[in-house]
This record gives sequence, structure tokens and C-alpha cells, in this order.
Amino acid sequence: MQFLIDNFALFRDAFLTTLSLSLLAGVLALVLGTLLAALRVSPVAPLRGLATFYVETFRNTPLTVVFFFMIFGLPQIDFVIGFFPGAVLSVGLYTAAFVAEAVRSGINAVSAGQAEASRAIGLTFGQTLREVVLPQAFRTVVPPLGNVWIAMIKNTSIAAGFSVSELSSLLPRLVNANAGDLLTVLLGVVVGYMLITLPSAYVVHRLERRVAILR
Amino acid sequence: MRITRYAATLAALGLALAGCSSNAGNQAQDTSAQSTSAVETNVSFAPGTTMAKLHDAGTITVGTKIDQPGFGLLNPRTKVPEGFDVEIAKIVAGKLGIAPESIKWTETVSANRESFIQNGQVDYVVATYTINDARKQLVDFAGPYYEAGQDIMVANGNPLKIESPDDLAGKNVCSVEGSTPAQNIRDHYPQAKLTLFDVYSKCADALDNGQVDAVTTDNVILTGLVAGSPDKRELVGKPFTQEPYGIGLKKGDTEFRNFINDVLEESFTDGSWAAAWDRTAGKITGQKAPEPPQVNRY
Amino acid sequence: MTTPVLFDLPGPKARARARIGTAVGALIVLGIIAFVLVRLAGNGQLEGQRWAVLFDTRGGVPQALGEALVATLKVALVGMVLATVLGLLLAVGRLSGRRWVGIPVATFIEFFRAIPLLVVIFALYFVLPGFGVELSAFAALTGGLVLYNSAVLAEIFRAGILSVDRGQREAALALGMRKSQVMMQVLLPQAIRRMLPVLIAQLVVLLKDSSLGFIIGYFELLRQARSLVEFFTPTFGNQYTFQIYVAAALMYIIVNVLLSQLAKYVERRTRRNAKTAATAEVELPADVQMGSGGGISTV
Repeated sequence: MQFLIDNFALFRDAFLTTLSLSLLAGVLALVLGTLLAALRVSPVAPLRGLATFYVETFRNTPLTVVFFFMIFGLPQIDFVIGFFPGAVLSVGLYTAAFVAEAVRSGINAVSAGQAEASRAIGLTFGQTLREVVLPQAFRTVVPPLGNVWIAMIKNTSIAAGFSVSELSSLLPRLVNANAGDLLTVLLGVVVGYMLITLPSAYVVHRLERRVAILR
Repeated sequence: MRITRYAATLAALGLALAGCSSNAGNQAQDTSAQSTSAVETNVSFAPGTTMAKLHDAGTITVGTKIDQPGFGLLNPRTKVPEGFDVEIAKIVAGKLGIAPESIKWTETVSANRESFIQNGQVDYVVATYTINDARKQLVDFAGPYYEAGQDIMVANGNPLKIESPDDLAGKNVCSVEGSTPAQNIRDHYPQAKLTLFDVYSKCADALDNGQVDAVTTDNVILTGLVAGSPDKRELVGKPFTQEPYGIGLKKGDTEFRNFINDVLEESFTDGSWAAAWDRTAGKITGQKAPEPPQVNRY
Repeated sequence: MTTPVLFDLPGPKARARARIGTAVGALIVLGIIAFVLVRLAGNGQLEGQRWAVLFDTRGGVPQALGEALVATLKVALVGMVLATVLGLLLAVGRLSGRRWVGIPVATFIEFFRAIPLLVVIFALYFVLPGFGVELSAFAALTGGLVLYNSAVLAEIFRAGILSVDRGQREAALALGMRKSQVMMQVLLPQAIRRMLPVLIAQLVVLLKDSSLGFIIGYFELLRQARSLVEFFTPTFGNQYTFQIYVAAALMYIIVNVLLSQLAKYVERRTRRNAKTAATAEVELPADVQMGSGGGISTV
């Protein structure tokens, strides 16, 4: 306990890093993922192909590999990116693939009659998607999106290997000098993640109830 | 199927490339078998001691690191670690009458060195293991067998004129998370901006890419990194700490500790210590073996 | 599959616009690829010698990567089989309707979904020995994967069992079958057949998660790649870093894409099968496919 108090500032900073990394990557993933989902149902075949290629590539690659190419691959084509922005991009781009899949399943869940009705009254593809389908799709995908968000938070821990001092980076850092306190460090790290995930799960649950569509 | 076509293209490319040879392959072919340290055949120990147990078992488990250039790196061809730590471990095993082939190598990282020793998962640990008081609470140390010094590596030509750790203030400095050198910088040079990876090669890459201004850790490891890319990196060459590396073993096993200390002292005088250096760290750095340290029988 | 109901079939004008757009887009993509290649070549990354190391058996790289791939597949397969068995037991336990079984099982499931996989593996390997239980790196990694994935699979199986038409269960009970008989002979066989594609897809997750073995020194693909890079550093600098990581990434992607294709193929076959036709499609939740990272998941 005394150990946790002594290192409180470290835990707090690491926690804030994890939180800000999660929030920024989450926004990026949500925007890009929605765009990708729209592309995957668009009338233009090459755009569908492009989005499918993106989703399949990122879904089948471990996040660590994505990180590696972001931090050490880009400099090989003479682009250098900071470590924190690199982490946001890696986690965001990776998660976008999963957001796209979730949103697409939501789009598929909106009944075909609605889309047909929209077309019948002369709405274009973009209008149909924006005004009719996506608003309903988002309501049905609140639970899977919430789960993606929570899974993404735990995935931010990979950033520890790429110079972002987030929660999991405390494991090697504190354990080297305090091998006897291994369990305490573990506990502190777990609690740090729980401080983000438990409230998230609660909010998602509430939101789900409020927006659920009864069919 | 499309995938089959991709695979075929890739395989064809592979065959084409297999025609050429790589520097790594050429070098691997040149290297002759490494000479190994002597194995005592005619030894006996007082019954009941750790030495007697290990000698009778004829095998031993040693913990080492496998990502420390010069000290311990895993050779992908032989699947056996190579380096100065590894040679020291072999010298000790040899005096127990155990051949290098009978040593079982286990990777120990900073997080598990103490618990592996305490639980008896390894018989001793030779893993760039700095002797300090906090660790002495948990395990015993033989040695030191080497005095490391923390140094700084910069881009070739030293464009930022970094001559000492004080010059690191405000600079991006790279090291490995959970390492003693990283903690040193935190404790004594808090104005340096630390960038922390899990292995040193990433630090070296980050230096080449301009993502960091300097890399700091043990001078031998840094010399190894400079040796790989002498046109891009250079060593400041002014070590500013003294890190005694010891052999970790179970707390309270004084007989075993004394035995290892005797072995180390013998190796200092009979030249096997210097030979171990020349085969490993010395081969990378091109430097002669330093003066052996003074064994500390605390 | 796309949703063609979302738009009208494009007319001649729209098709012409799409063609022009495609041509421009293709040019841009080709331009980007050319740019990347030029820059890579400028940095010497395209030298044949640097790539040859991946195929030069004298350097030991192809063997090392091949063995690491086998090690990765081994952990994933063993973990998958054990996780499936345990997951089935857990799902049946949770649906048993007996509270003394249901509550501990539910707690187990929630607990292991709530704990970061990295922490589970870490604890199995580093903390358990303190209590007299020594696990090899392989056992600890497999154990962690099994504990986490069985909790995930239990929930998937539960959904599968519940997706079997209620009438079947009621009919079986009306015939006088016992609860366990209904589960073993009526519900499970259908649920398992229906879940097969999902199970294969879950293998992709295990494969990706096996890379967490780096923390305990298990030589899976990513760890081996890193170790090779470390080994070459003092002699060759970073000559081979980029190439070795590209190789590792390609190996992951190829194996995972093949597995995904297999899952799709099995899914199509299952759907054609009359016994499972006319049932709702069960998809693996997107979050499960993301892998378990090192943090925590509470669902």
C-alpha cells in the first residue's frame, strides 16, 4: 500500500496517458470506421474494394506489427512521426477496421424496406445513408461499439513497447527496482484500467437502454 | 483462388532472391566454431553442498538475457545464447564439471530474475545483473565479474555536442524501460526527456531516424550498437557510472557463493576471463579486455 | 456482401463518372506506391542482399522464422482446442439452471473477460511459481489464452445454444428426455455445427494474441523477429530490421487470411446444409476479433 502511495504520481500520469491515448484513438477510429463502413456499401465497386482491403489487412495483423511500421517503417520513406501521435494513429487505424465491421452489421440490420422507401422518395445514396440508415444503424450497434471501445482501451497497452509511458509501461519500470512488489504493481495497473473500463461499460449499458429500437 | 496466386508470386520472388546471398549468410559461413571454456573432469565437493548436487546431476539451469549485445544474444542458428555473460556462466559450470552442452539456458528478464532464483527455477543468473542493496534483500550476489559504465551514444559527428550527461538536459534520450541506466537518468538528470523501448536496437534505429538525440546505457552494449553502423553512430566515450555486474544466486547459500567467487578470482588470474572477453564483447568492440574487477565478499 | 438496396443501379452517366473516378483513384494509388518504392530505394531498403537474408538458409533466418511460425500455430491450436472444450462446459454450466453451478461459472467468465490477458499470462508465469506451481513459457501462454478465450467462447456458445429454436427444446422435454439429454443430444450438436465458422475465426484472434508470449520469452513469430534483429544489430546495424518485420507481418497476414477464408467456406457449406438452414446468422462480435491486448475488458 505504502508502495502505491509513494508512486502515486507515476500511476496518475500513466493513467492520464492511457486515457488521452484512448480518447484520441477512439475518435479517430469512430470517424474513419464509419467512413469505411459507408464505402463498403457504396455503389462504386473500387471504393468497396478499397474499404474491404483496408478492413481485411488491419483485421489480420497484430497491433504490434501496425505499431512497428508506424514508428520504424515510416522513417524508411522519410516520414518521422512522434511517439504519442504514432500510437494514436496505430491504435486508431487498427480499431477503425473493427468499427467499420460493427457499423456495417448495423447497416445490414436496418430493414431493406426503409432503404427502398428512401429511394422511392428520391433520396440519393448519400442522403439515404446519412438521413435514414446510419442514425438507426448507430442505435443498434451501441453494444458492439461499446465493446470495441473497451477492447481498444486494453489494446493501448501495446504502446508501452513504443515509448508511450502508459499504464502497462509501469510493469517493467517499477518491477526492475522493486521486484518484491510485483503483485502490488500488477494490482495498481489493473485498477488503473478498471477506472476507465468499468465506467465505460456502465455508460454503454445506459446508452444501450435509452437508444434501443424495439423490433 | 487469388490467394494462391499471391502465394505463388511470393514464392517465385523468394526463389529469385534465394539465388543471391546475404551478408548475414556469408558471415555465418565464415565463423568457425567458438572455442569453449575448460571443463573440469576430476572434481569432488563436500556432500550436501549445492556444488555436489549440481555436479552429480551433471546439468545446470542458468538464467541469462538474450537481448544484450555483447553480453547475451540468441544465435538463431545454434539456438544457444552467445556473449560475455554466457561465457562467464560456462566458466562457472566448467568448474562444477558440467560441459557447456549440458547447460540449460533460460531467459530471465528484469521482472523475473529474483523470483526465478528464489523458486529455484534457475541455479544462478548471469544477466547484466547490477548488484545493489534492494536486490541483496532478495538474493545473494557473487562477483562482480565486470564493472560496467553508463555511456552515451550520439549520431555520427555529434551534431548536438553532447559530451556528458549534463548536456542531455532538454534532449530526447533513449533507453530501455525497466533498465538501471534509464532509472539513473530519471534520478540524476531529470531534465532529459526519456524515450523508452523494450530493446536497444529500437533505440539505435530511433537515433538513425532522428527520433531521439542520444542513446544511453552500458558502454559495451553501446559499442556493439556503434559497431553495427559506424557511419551513423558514435560513442561519447566518457562513462559516468559504475555498475558492478554480479552472479545472482539463492539467498543464504554462502558455500555456493564462495565457490563462485573463487572461480571468478581464478579466472581473473589464469586468463580465462580475458579470453572470454576477447571471444565475445571484445570481438564486437575491438577493444582489449579491461582490468578485472575486485570480487566483493560482502 | 454489399447491400444493393441502398442505391439504384447506376445509369450511364453515373457509370462514366465512376470509371473516371476509378482511373484517377488508381493513378493516385499507383503514385503512392511508386513514391513509397522510390523512398525505400533511396534509403537502400530494396537492395537484393537485404531481402535475400529472408531466404538465405546459411544465416538461419528462414529456419528461425519457420520454427517460430510453427510455435505460434502450436500455441494457437492447442489453446483453441482446450478453450473450446472448457468454453462448452462453461456455457452448459451457465445454462444448467442450477444456481450452485451457474453463479460460479458466471463469475469465472466475467472475471477472465475482465482481466487483461497480458496480466493473466504474467501472473501464470511469474507469480504462480511463488506458490509452488512452475509452468513453462508454453504452458503459461497457452493457459492464459485458454482462460481468456474459454470465457469468450462460453458466451458465444451460449448464444448458439439459445439460437436453436425453443420449440425443439420443448418438444424434447415433452418426449420425456432429461435436461442433460436435451442439451447433449438436441441442442449442442446443432449449436456446435452452427458455431464452427465462428470457432475458426476465433483462431485468428488466438494467433494474434499469441504474440503476447513475448512478455514471458516464448519464441513465437514476433518475438523471434525481434530476437533476430537484436542478434544482427552489433554486426550489421539495422540492415535487416525492416525486412524481417515485413516478413513477420506477411506471415501473420497470409495465415490469418487463409483462416478467414476457411471460416467463410465452412460457413457457406453450413448454410447450404438443410439441418442448419433457416437459422439466424451468428457472427463473432467485432470486439472479440480485436484480440485481447494487454489491458482489460469488462463486458
